[in-house]
Amino acid sequence: MNGSDVAVSALRKSFGSFEALKDVSLEIRKGEFFSLLGPSGCGKTTLLRLIAGFEDPDSGAIAIDRRDVLGLPPDKRRCNTVFQSYALFPHLTVFENVAFSLRLRKVPNRLLKDLVMKHLSLVQLEGHAHKKPSLLSGGQKQRVAIARALINEPSVLLLDEPLSALDAKLRQHMLLELDAIHDKVGITFIYVTHDQAEALSISDRIAVMDGGRVLQVGKPTEIYENPKSDFVARFIGDTNIFQGLVVERCGDIALVEAEGFGPLLVEANGDGPVGARVRVAVRPEKLRISREAPQGGLQGAHAAAGSEINVMRGSVEEPIYSGFQTKYYVRGENGMSLVVFRQHANWSEGRPDIAWKDDVYLSWSARDAVIVETTAGHDEGGGSAP
Amino acid sequence: MKRNYGPLYAVPQSAWLLVFFAAPLVIIVGYSFLEKGLYGGVKPHLSLAAYRELANPALLGVAFRTLWVSVAATVVTLIVALPCGYSIARSHNQSLRLFLIIVPFWTNFLVRIYAWISILGNEGFLNDILRTLGVTSESVQFLYNQWAVILVLVYMYLPYAILPLFTSIDKFDFSLLEAARDLGASRFASYRLVLLPNIRSGIVTAVLFTFIPIFGAYAIPLLIGGKDSYMLGNLIADQVTKTRNWPLAASISMAVTLLSGLAAVVFLFRSRKGEAVAEVAESGMDSPGPVGRGGSASGTGGPAGATGATGLTLEVPA
Ligand SMILES: Nc1ncnc2c1ncn2[C@@H]1O[C@H](COP(=O)(O)OP(=O)(O)OP(=O)(O)O)[C@@H](O)[C@H]1O
Ligand SMILES: [Mg+2]
Repeated sequence: MNGSDVAVSALRKSFGSFEALKDVSLEIRKGEFFSLLGPSGCGKTTLLRLIAGFEDPDSGAIAIDRRDVLGLPPDKRRCNTVFQSYALFPHLTVFENVAFSLRLRKVPNRLLKDLVMKHLSLVQLEGHAHKKPSLLSGGQKQRVAIARALINEPSVLLLDEPLSALDAKLRQHMLLELDAIHDKVGITFIYVTHDQAEALSISDRIAVMDGGRVLQVGKPTEIYENPKSDFVARFIGDTNIFQGLVVERCGDIALVEAEGFGPLLVEANGDGPVGARVRVAVRPEKLRISREAPQGGLQGAHAAAGSEINVMRGSVEEPIYSGFQTKYYVRGENGMSLVVFRQHANWSEGRPDIAWKDDVYLSWSARDAVIVETTAGHDEGGGSAP
Repeated sequence: MKRNYGPLYAVPQSAWLLVFFAAPLVIIVGYSFLEKGLYGGVKPHLSLAAYRELANPALLGVAFRTLWVSVAATVVTLIVALPCGYSIARSHNQSLRLFLIIVPFWTNFLVRIYAWISILGNEGFLNDILRTLGVTSESVQFLYNQWAVILVLVYMYLPYAILPLFTSIDKFDFSLLEAARDLGASRFASYRLVLLPNIRSGIVTAVLFTFIPIFGAYAIPLLIGGKDSYMLGNLIADQVTKTRNWPLAASISMAVTLLSGLAAVVFLFRSRKGEAVAEVAESGMDSPGPVGRGGSASGTGGPAGATGATGLTLEVPA
């Protein structure tokens, strides 16, 4: 089995007057684990249905292995789908569900049995072959759906939020299994999800979508560390957003006069010439929170790069404890509210060392602040941090 | 301890069954074992004569014809009802369409039969059109044969098939069809392999609700049919009203009841045991008309309760 590449270009699709996809272009490589990530209603399922052939686009092209597939019905395309609701055939046993496509192709009985059992063992369901789907748990149903799709030897597997119905723990487990299956069969996976953690942990590349458009395509680290827009930065995890004008440049460091905050040092490779309006994102886990002034608390590399450190004084407005970490909302003296994550490496004397209403310092390196948007012109109005 | 009112709730149903099913059945069974009276009615002497007469070849001929007409009409009804139920289930204005299916019930059963006579008759609407178009100069005899009977039977019982089919197709998860297409099935194969098995209970109900009353049909073959469409229902009626052999009418009724009951049971069990039985009950509740009728008509041979044509065998003891 081997994967195909999938190329989608300038795809548009409307339902009535509603535009579900507006000019979507993507290049998905052979054997890649590619995720479509975006909020509910952004058009992920629609895009998948176009690729599978359940729906025809209004305009644009879809090619699999550089062959145009538009106009081919679903049964003539070499991709198979794992549906959001699994869509297992309730009147057939697990075995017959998986055997469905082989029976259509009139595969001889012996070979059919071997193939089905091989695929059931791939998803670890050998023992359930003769059950009806209604007797299976959510995770088992999902694995049947995967086996049923894979047995047809697709070169592209389309998965539409296959894990969304599972609880957090099982989801984690199934994610690892999916990854293992992907490594084993080596075909292209196009994986739809609205869960950023899922997408980041499993994908080779991710396309972030919103409102029928693709906003950014890249490796998980690129998407997370270098979001190219406000939306991507906010959608992938928590983030602090600043906006302001670039007032000075010094090498790859820019000084931004941020609204409601003041001078802010930002890493700007090429982005943000003097005079440009920029939006800057800083991830909450990159902020350091301490009760002492940061100079003393900083060590090593940070101390050496002293001039690149941003500092804000403020007080803890709301600490949110969540086991392995605590999330703090800190209101600065300048009025700006920032969010900070802190791992509980050293928990002292049964009480957090930083609590509600404590005065604290936040500090972060200019290297951890990235410019997500540059516009040459005007203000888009007030609010910045979430 | 909680008190169980279950048996109490069953009282109306039990009463209904007792008055309209058990009692008439007992009377018919009783009459079938008595001697016939001279001018109708019965004499209080036990006798098996009525059952011996069942072996009459003429009677067997009528039975086979009845079976053939019923099977043909049921099959045609089903073939027409399936796409109807499907399109209603998939449409955006289900209520309106269902309403339109029910509308004909507001008109009396007999009136609708006469409407067909005025359409198909020698001086009827259809012949008028054909003559006006110059297709024929003479009237075509559409009425008074098996085909006309089958046509009107299909018309009359179509709603009883559409409603349960609609109910089960409406519950069907259409993404299963896409899954089938995705796995390589053609459009036709996806209907055959996925849609039909999953609406089986609706099909079973539709067959029972049409086959059983058609098997006991009386008024339609009487008014629309001719010599070639004399059915068991007509035979029973004639035993009561013309030949005045009430025990024979009763024994034929018994045979019809037992045979169609047996056929229904075999059919139900052949089509996947308990599931279907449970679902028949369920979809019976969803659809307005046929519950009681399907049940009561099974033995008595009258098509629709609304008219004087019902309860043929019920008239026996009268
Ligand atoms: N058949 C349809 N008719 C009308 N509108 C539709 C149809 N299918 C999708 N839409 C609309 O298109 C938009 C995108 O839908 P889509 O199912 O692709 O979203 P999604 O990204 O998969 O969302 P989710 O994460 O909730 O599954 C939605 O606003 C939806 O209402
Ligand atoms: Mg979706």
